[in-house]
Amino acid sequence: MIRLLALRELRSLFSMPSTWFALAVLQFIFAWFFLARLDAFLEIQPQLAQLANPPGVTITIAAPLFNTAALLLMMLTPMFTMRLIAEERRSQTLALLLSSPLSSRHIVLGKFFGLLVFLAVLMAGVPLMLYTLALGTALDHGLLLGNMLGLLLLTASFVAVGLYVSALTTQPVIAAIGALAALVGLWLADIGAAAEDSPWHLISPLNHFQNFNAGLLDSGDAAFFVLFSLFFLLLAMRRIHNNRIYG
Amino acid sequence: MPNATPEITLAAHNLSRSFGNRQVIHGVSLNLRRGEVLGLLGHNGAGKTTTLQMLTGCLLPDGAEENECSIEICGIDLLRQPMLAKAHIGYLPETPPLYRELSVDGYLTFAARLRGMKPGEAAEALARTKQRCGLESAGRKIIGTLSRGYQQRIGIAQAIIHRPAVIVLDEPTVGLDPTQIRDIRTLIRELGDSSSVILSTHLLGEVESVCDRVEIMQHGKLIYGDTSARMQRYGCIPGFIISLRNPPPLSELESIAGISSVEQISAMQFRVLHAPDANPRGALLTLAERQGWQLEQLTPLQATLEEVFAQITDAGIADEKNRNNMQDNQGPVRAEPFGKAQESLVEACTEATDALSLSPSTSSGRTGDLSPSTTAFSPELAEGSGRTGEEQ
Repeated sequence: MIRLLALRELRSLFSMPSTWFALAVLQFIFAWFFLARLDAFLEIQPQLAQLANPPGVTITIAAPLFNTAALLLMMLTPMFTMRLIAEERRSQTLALLLSSPLSSRHIVLGKFFGLLVFLAVLMAGVPLMLYTLALGTALDHGLLLGNMLGLLLLTASFVAVGLYVSALTTQPVIAAIGALAALVGLWLADIGAAAEDSPWHLISPLNHFQNFNAGLLDSGDAAFFVLFSLFFLLLAMRRIHNNRIYG
Repeated sequence: MPNATPEITLAAHNLSRSFGNRQVIHGVSLNLRRGEVLGLLGHNGAGKTTTLQMLTGCLLPDGAEENECSIEICGIDLLRQPMLAKAHIGYLPETPPLYRELSVDGYLTFAARLRGMKPGEAAEALARTKQRCGLESAGRKIIGTLSRGYQQRIGIAQAIIHRPAVIVLDEPTVGLDPTQIRDIRTLIRELGDSSSVILSTHLLGEVESVCDRVEIMQHGKLIYGDTSARMQRYGCIPGFIISLRNPPPLSELESIAGISSVEQISAMQFRVLHAPDANPRGALLTLAERQGWQLEQLTPLQATLEEVFAQITDAGIADEKNRNNMQDNQGPVRAEPFGKAQESLVEACTEATDALSLSPSTSSGRTGDLSPSTTAFSPELAEGSGRTGEEQ
């Protein structure tokens, strides 16, 4: 059932021209960043070669590129999550799901995985571009894999927040702005907190992405993403269930 | 009816619901048997949609946790085992729940799979349902590009594709043109042969043409429940509208025996009321022919929903004590709130119309015919024959 709902979500996404437009524009932006980074690397390469332990091509190009992708994702995810439930409620298709033999768990997870798969496809361009470098040089696969895993977990946490906000309202626009406010708010609180041990650092997804970005696999960070996503998914399920109570 | 008492597919008991402090549904109970079409009749805002939402599990009734109410679909408790029970429900909400960006085939297959059909079954069900709802040519089209009528049909198709035992349709003919309304009513009748259907409507005619049984809802309560045929008697008023090409003075019409009042609507049209037990039509028609008034049309008066409500609530007040007793005794099956006077009035009225066969709507019952219950006379016919007109 979850798979059926996820596939429906994907089919709807790919049947809308706006999705293809977003895909195209994003690939262009990623390519631009990638080429600019590559250009910068080639320029400073002679100086780097004089260092005793110079940073490699992967850390100079891939890490900033993934970081940019993560920031872009924070802005973009609300645009995609806004429709998930708010739109169903507005166009009254939610009645179809609520009167079908599904639990709120099916509905929420179906939508979550549907959008997660789509965003993974959207982001797939980044590692693909980076792997073209393998044609000319040796790459640090560990760093790349760590970044990919981190980005996927980060996306999952963004989608979970967006999904919950979308479950709260009937207006997709409000869902988008609400989710954006929540995500940017968490990020700003994180970078604004001066103290090393501020709790804001602990609850900011982007902060937990930094270790992945540097190629460090910390099970604590991974656990944070899983718990963070789970928390908002459970809230969303609760909200869908309450839909039957409050109408 | 194939069997003596077909199984009960839907049993709802004591449903109440409030939104905030406002209680919109008060203790509604309903039973539905297989092969029955039940019409839920009421004004906008009477609570029809809320009731249907509760019956389909989209909305929880108040007191669901305290066991104060119950909804059973094919014997399965909807409130305790929603997943099992919902597999037997097909629901068309007020707005068809369509994903506008999907193709018709894609959407209907999704709807079938959603209700637990296997891919093979779903393909077969898709072909059958499309044929049934007249959607064969629309299969690959995108739902958003189709007309309102088609979208409504897709809405019905998604509700019946998994062959549910209970089909719930919320105002299925709203916003359709007359041909589409007729098609959909025929389809609903067909569905009523194999499943149970509940449909809500605010149109008296719809109930007459498709439903076996009627429940009238007002202010969140079921105020009257009976067979559709008996309900139709309430739609009859002792009177008619008559069109005369060459009308006599008003006083001449009023002097005909049995006529209680005549009101001139336009130059050639009169609204004639008579006592329920009198039947002045014969006398009037004979006179019209003799005096050369050139009768064009004689239309029995049809009550509006408003008037039917008034009659039923009046009858209810007159008989209130009686009804309350019977309701207490019988639980979900409501007693017939007929007052004695009402009964005789209705009987007389039906006899009067039957005698002249002037009211096709009362005799034809549920033909799905849309023609208004009008009996038109050509002037020649009225002049040529001395008999009162039966042109069919």
